[in-house]
Amino acid sequence: MYVAVKGGEKAIDNAHRLLASKRRGDTSLPAISTAQIAEQLALGVDRVMAEGSLYDRSLASLAIRQSRGDLIEAIFLVRAFRTTLPRFGASEPVDTGRMQIRRRVSATFKDLPGGQILGPTFDYTHRLLDFALEAAGDETAEPAIGTASDEATPRVVDLVGEEGLIEREPAPDPDAPVGDITRTPLEFPTERDQRLQVLARGDEGFLLGLAYSTQRGFGRTHPFVGEIRFGAVEVEFVPEELGFAVPMGTVELTECQMVNQFHGGQKAGGESVPPQFTRGYGLVFGQSERKAMSMALVDRSLRAAEFAEQQSAPAQDQEFVLSHCDNVQATGFVEHLKLPHYVDFQAELGLLRTLRQEYEAAPAPAEEAMREAAE
Amino acid sequence: MDGMEAETVKARQAAMRICANAPRGELEALVSDLVSDETVSDLRPTEKGLVMLRGRIGGEGAPFNVGEASVSRAAVSLSDGTAGFAYHLGRDGQKARAAAILDALWQRPTTRSQVEKGLAPIAERLAAKAKREAEHTAATRVEFFTMTRGDN
Repeated sequence: MYVAVKGGEKAIDNAHRLLASKRRGDTSLPAISTAQIAEQLALGVDRVMAEGSLYDRSLASLAIRQSRGDLIEAIFLVRAFRTTLPRFGASEPVDTGRMQIRRRVSATFKDLPGGQILGPTFDYTHRLLDFALEAAGDETAEPAIGTASDEATPRVVDLVGEEGLIEREPAPDPDAPVGDITRTPLEFPTERDQRLQVLARGDEGFLLGLAYSTQRGFGRTHPFVGEIRFGAVEVEFVPEELGFAVPMGTVELTECQMVNQFHGGQKAGGESVPPQFTRGYGLVFGQSERKAMSMALVDRSLRAAEFAEQQSAPAQDQEFVLSHCDNVQATGFVEHLKLPHYVDFQAELGLLRTLRQEYEAAPAPAEEAMREAAE
Repeated sequence: MDGMEAETVKARQAAMRICANAPRGELEALVSDLVSDETVSDLRPTEKGLVMLRGRIGGEGAPFNVGEASVSRAAVSLSDGTAGFAYHLGRDGQKARAAAILDALWQRPTTRSQVEKGLAPIAERLAAKAKREAEHTAATRVEFFTMTRGDN
């Protein structure tokens, strides 16, 4: 139990002044601007937008600057900010099939309409430190120019869906409500829309670890990367006063379609499913395929109950995964332990003293055993 | 929007799309060119808020909430009562207000062609930028070969 304390205002003010000074660092060096963070630390900004659950590059950059590069602190700042704004409504669902592709790879299909496009990737780099970047200035070569084509880039699952060997999503019911975990607290078991919302803003490291655990045998899902795509999609919103979809600009998203082996059988609802590939899905703000892939793996493992699969691993346990993947909640509860717990601790200390007195007054267990044996 | 023909909506959306993707300065420059003798009033104060962004399960199925985005919206009225609206991603309310004025001018038959003419070079610049990005991307298109079989 936490009991409030008072006092310490002066020290707290001074600590925050010191923090501000440490944040600025050596003043003989130029200060970093939020625009520089947005441009040059873009993947950190993407992570703060994704887990802060707020798409706004400049805000996320400001949060990173204010938090001295502590991304979970930055995510916390962004989450706090979003509570100060009214919500105008929900967008039309984005169409990732019409994404302006910046990267698109498939590990399962070599020849895709629209091609495999590496884009700006760390893949195939040698992971050697580039000391040229340590020197002042950072002159880079202009990107190479290719011939852009108008060829469509259909989703891989649409290409092979015709044979029925890959699970398709049922046609959506337009009147069905969409779960929103920011308005209605989770109750278990959950629906898949709620789970995907939690996973989309879940901690990348936690989900990566869980995804890895499924690969190592804790709830194996036999995954293949059907497709990963990253790029810009347009967001449309239908305001009440207009009654038609207004294009509001574009956001960058990473999507992962994971394809998983399934031997067929009965679903939880009794529906019979032939042997086919099932799917896990990941969709994340910004460029983060590690997160999108982890999300897709965990999404599939959380469907264990739906496919009447044996549930024995942490990554298959909805309550375990969804209650612990939010790093703002997690850091709040873990870090609150460092706040003053004096009253609480004094109570525990008193209890321990009493127990210790009783323990010392009682005969030692060995003596007691000998006495019993002698009797 | 009852009775508004689908094509008109489409053309209005196209103008709105250009405004949403344009830099603020270009919209403001266009507004000051077009409304020198016009009184513009706010139907609703320009404000910042959030829109929940939705995706679809598996890219094709039921909608789900991915996360929110900051949005600025503006609603203005010209002296003849023509109303204009804008909803833009981001927190630039001034930009949204400039776009709302252009939306109102676009709807007025006497000023539509001027707005279209003013937006055309902006659209060209945006298209050139998108083309350059697509060309950079296209240069990274890769052909993988399966080595074990010796074929392609």
